[in-house]
Amino acid sequence: MNSVVTCSVDATGVATLTMDLPARDVNILSAEMTDALCSAIARVIDDPVVKGVILTSAKRVFMAGGDLELLSALDLDGDPRAAYAAIGRLTELLRRLETSGKPTVAALTGSALGGGLEVALGCHYRIAADDPTIEFGFPEVTLGLLPGGGGTQRLPRLLGAAKALPLLLEGTRLTPAAALAAGVVHCVVTRDAVLTEARRWLASDEASAVQPWDAPNYRPPGGTVWSAPGSQLFYAANAQTHARTSGNYPAQQAILSCVFEGLQVPIETGQRIELSYFVKLLRDQTSRNMIRGVFGNRQAADKLVRRPPGVARGKVARLGVLGAGLMGSGIAQVAANAGIQVVLIDRDETQTEAGRQRIATALTRRVQRGQLAAAEQEAMMARITATTDYAKLADCDFVVEAVFEDRAIKADVTTKAEFATSAGTIIGSNTSTLPITGLALAAQRPAQFIGVHFFSPVERMPLVEVIVGEATSEETLARTLDFARQIRKTPIVVNDAPGFYTSRTFGTFLAEGLYLLLDGVQPALIENAARLAGMPVGPLTIADEVGIDVNYRVIRQFQRDLGSAFQLTRAHEVSIQMHELGRLGRKTRAGFFEYADGGSKRLWRDLAELYPVSSEQPAPGDVQERLLSIQSIEAIRCLEAGVVGSAADADLGALLGWGFPAYTGGPLAYVDTVGAAVFLQRAERLAARHGERFEPPQMLRRLAASGGRFHDTPEKVAAAA
Amino acid sequence: MTDAFILDHVRTPRGRGKSSGSLHGVTSVELASQVLRALRDRNGLDTALVEDVVLGVVAPIGEQGANLGRVAALNADYDERVPGAQVNRFCASGLEACNQAASQLLAGQYELTVGGGVESMSRVPMGADGGAWPVDPAVAHKLHFVPQGVGADLIASRHGFSRGDVDAYAVASHHRAATAWNEGRFARSVVPVRDVNGVALLERDETVRDDCNLQSLAKLPPSFSGLGALGFDAIALKRYPEIERVTHVHHAGNSSGIVDGAAAVLLGTREGARRTGLKPRARIRSFACVGSEPTIMLTGPSFAAEKALHRAGMRPNDIDLWELNEAFASVVLRFMQVLGIPHDRINVNGGAIAMGHPMGATGAMILGTLVDELERRELSTGLATLCVGAGMGIATIVERV
Repeated sequence: MNSVVTCSVDATGVATLTMDLPARDVNILSAEMTDALCSAIARVIDDPVVKGVILTSAKRVFMAGGDLELLSALDLDGDPRAAYAAIGRLTELLRRLETSGKPTVAALTGSALGGGLEVALGCHYRIAADDPTIEFGFPEVTLGLLPGGGGTQRLPRLLGAAKALPLLLEGTRLTPAAALAAGVVHCVVTRDAVLTEARRWLASDEASAVQPWDAPNYRPPGGTVWSAPGSQLFYAANAQTHARTSGNYPAQQAILSCVFEGLQVPIETGQRIELSYFVKLLRDQTSRNMIRGVFGNRQAADKLVRRPPGVARGKVARLGVLGAGLMGSGIAQVAANAGIQVVLIDRDETQTEAGRQRIATALTRRVQRGQLAAAEQEAMMARITATTDYAKLADCDFVVEAVFEDRAIKADVTTKAEFATSAGTIIGSNTSTLPITGLALAAQRPAQFIGVHFFSPVERMPLVEVIVGEATSEETLARTLDFARQIRKTPIVVNDAPGFYTSRTFGTFLAEGLYLLLDGVQPALIENAARLAGMPVGPLTIADEVGIDVNYRVIRQFQRDLGSAFQLTRAHEVSIQMHELGRLGRKTRAGFFEYADGGSKRLWRDLAELYPVSSEQPAPGDVQERLLSIQSIEAIRCLEAGVVGSAADADLGALLGWGFPAYTGGPLAYVDTVGAAVFLQRAERLAARHGERFEPPQMLRRLAASGGRFHDTPEKVAAAA
Repeated sequence: MTDAFILDHVRTPRGRGKSSGSLHGVTSVELASQVLRALRDRNGLDTALVEDVVLGVVAPIGEQGANLGRVAALNADYDERVPGAQVNRFCASGLEACNQAASQLLAGQYELTVGGGVESMSRVPMGADGGAWPVDPAVAHKLHFVPQGVGADLIASRHGFSRGDVDAYAVASHHRAATAWNEGRFARSVVPVRDVNGVALLERDETVRDDCNLQSLAKLPPSFSGLGALGFDAIALKRYPEIERVTHVHHAGNSSGIVDGAAAVLLGTREGARRTGLKPRARIRSFACVGSEPTIMLTGPSFAAEKALHRAGMRPNDIDLWELNEAFASVVLRFMQVLGIPHDRINVNGGAIAMGHPMGATGAMILGTLVDELERRELSTGLATLCVGAGMGIATIVERV
């Protein structure tokens, strides 16, 4: 009757339900799947012939989770009871199944994530295939949600709150072995043996149709929430969560509340509590922003939506990396990790060896942590040739230059690399600030010259900002995007302009910190307000970590590049003044902070002599507003000027590139959340008070007038601009 | 309006609040019963005249549960017609009980009541009664809960009190308490706690150290830096982002001690005094309890004092002696700074840093200490105040008659 979930009953009364969503690579809890699963479960419960149930998948993945499209289709602004009914259906049925008296097995031949793991936890026995690529976990929190299908109730009842909370709060994914150790699955066998083991268990005396939490005298592992260890656990978890989120991520508190409140009542009541918190999160703008910002935009970027069509998919077999410093060796490492042969070049043996050693050390650390097999490390190191000889670049299809940010040096290595390589080779410049069109002047083949701005540390930062110069060809762009995916990075595409998109927009955050300082705002308030707004660190910390000298050189570079067109701002003058004082940041153990032995630091005590603290301090919320709004305004300017091609790329680049807070969804989604008209008023107010850097761009004015948003109708926005 | 008078008061000595403490073997109800008996016996009090016994208990659970006010009155052989109640205003419970007992008089309904309190912290540990405030995630988040010690450190950070400042205050507390004991200033109100055979178990406060000095205190590690690092510092800074960091200056030596003890205060109207034949010692002029910002938690006393002063038509200068519970040294230093009170007029006989803070009883103890010292110095007005959990503050003003 339905092919989404097939049901076969054997002679012993074992019903096997096999999930197989048509036309999809993976099973998800779509409307179709939920309908099919609900009717199949109802049928096996009611069929007297069925004595036991096996739930499994025909795909490589057991169940990848809920269907975000389905959730976004719900009417969330209306009566919440409609959402309760729509979402609570499967939850209720799973509860019926686990109390039906029929033992049920989850045969986990593939990953079970989110709703998939919730379905599995509703079974009495869970068998996993011993495939280390299989993952079990609850990633909902990363999207601002919580497991709303019984996950916050069954997992703590199974493992105890102490073990369950980290999995729920951090979205940790477990391999089958780790899931077995944690007690999430009961046994791990080879893939072929999963169904056999399921039948064996069902036929054995072990087969029980009673979940631990339905057994008489059940006590949650580790004690009730009001036991001494229980209340200590929540006391600490509340503090840690509040400190980590600054209260910006409601899902984390909601998860804590679901577990805390749910463990004090019967599971059915707990599920109702969970459902009410889940729907509250769904109705909150934060989850909508995070679903788009963290998931939707990234998925689109990874599918290379901006890739020029009609170019054959490229694959890099051999990569050249010029410069074996921190960035160069990082790029070499991620390429080798993706199976690419790498030629790592620097000007002398000491440099190349240092680069090689840096990679070896990083990999050894991963081996020690059990994240990498020793054999794999050897294979990766064998793919890397560290040399000073440009002739070794001969067969490279792609060369990334990651030398010092200096035009002359970059021009020199570009010439050498072009000379050593063939006509088809692309040269990508890893620069964070120098315009690509200018750098391409040194190239013989400017059409094959492009910007590939990686972020530090390269191994961990997922973003690559791909910069299209005036002469860069469509084919070069397409092949560069292919390369980014090949090394498992997420690309955004931007056009050539000083600072491109990320450095330019992030730069406004740093500068605003300096303006606040000039305005007499307490330095501690500037730093704390930035963190409370959700930025990873404050602007003064960033300035010190990057180095005042780096900032200073960028200013001088702009002065040289733009000449009289360059306007020195008051914020620039702060950097110049600090540079003159020799306070270059952490590297000189003196900057906006002073650094003690052992790494501790405190704000420089004499900073107030340079920048006197005003007797009247702004409200912390106003400081937060300034620090976030300036970035949004700059992002709008970038979108308006075509520096960044889409609102999605702008928001993604901000989240992945410089840690713009995920709860906002990105600097443009932040404007959507505030409302364009309200944000326009804010920008006008800030411009009147603090200067023209807050002057609203035309695009914002049009959006405010039309009642539009950046994310609903990006095409219209682009057209309007 | 009727006046409410303090007719007499007694307290136990305070025993170290752990299993090695001298009062650890005495039940909470027995501690409370002994002060009620003492109040009766030394005054020849006909307990049938007592119209209510209101006792403060902060962890009213286990042996301290089920309305210790009534149970202790019965156990002390008060007349069976005397009712009893237990109140919880956190650390202010003892003073709250006295204020409520006074309220019954001021309302014109009763003529004679007892206020007081008890806490055996060695037997019923602090926090044994649980509570939503720090544990329920929704509540803890919403209220920006941080533990009191972090709040005390936050006060020190905001007001610039150094470790040396708070330690110096603590040393003074011990020296003042030692002097007070040596000069017999507590003799009139402290009644020894005895076992079932009448053998005295404790006659003096057990935690006072007259050899306390800055050098020995300097060796003690801060008590709340671990909790701060767990996340509470960040939560505190979320409320007070103008501070770079919370500096942890409080430790076991400059915070109130954990102790066992009980206290009882006999209150009466003029008519109540007449019936008992007792002479009023001090009049309750006004009292107040207020709420203030709950994260820093411990700044309530100045606001409560201001409200009580306003109510009495007084200014800080009109107060001869002050008693502020020494929950943490920074609480007192801030109070002195905000109201402009010289050190030699506040906590003149030491306080909870030296003698301990039996939570349910302390408020009644410092009220009694204040009356005794006003009498000894032949002064007139005094104000007793305490910082209270969740940002509350309480104050009572008395005047000798």
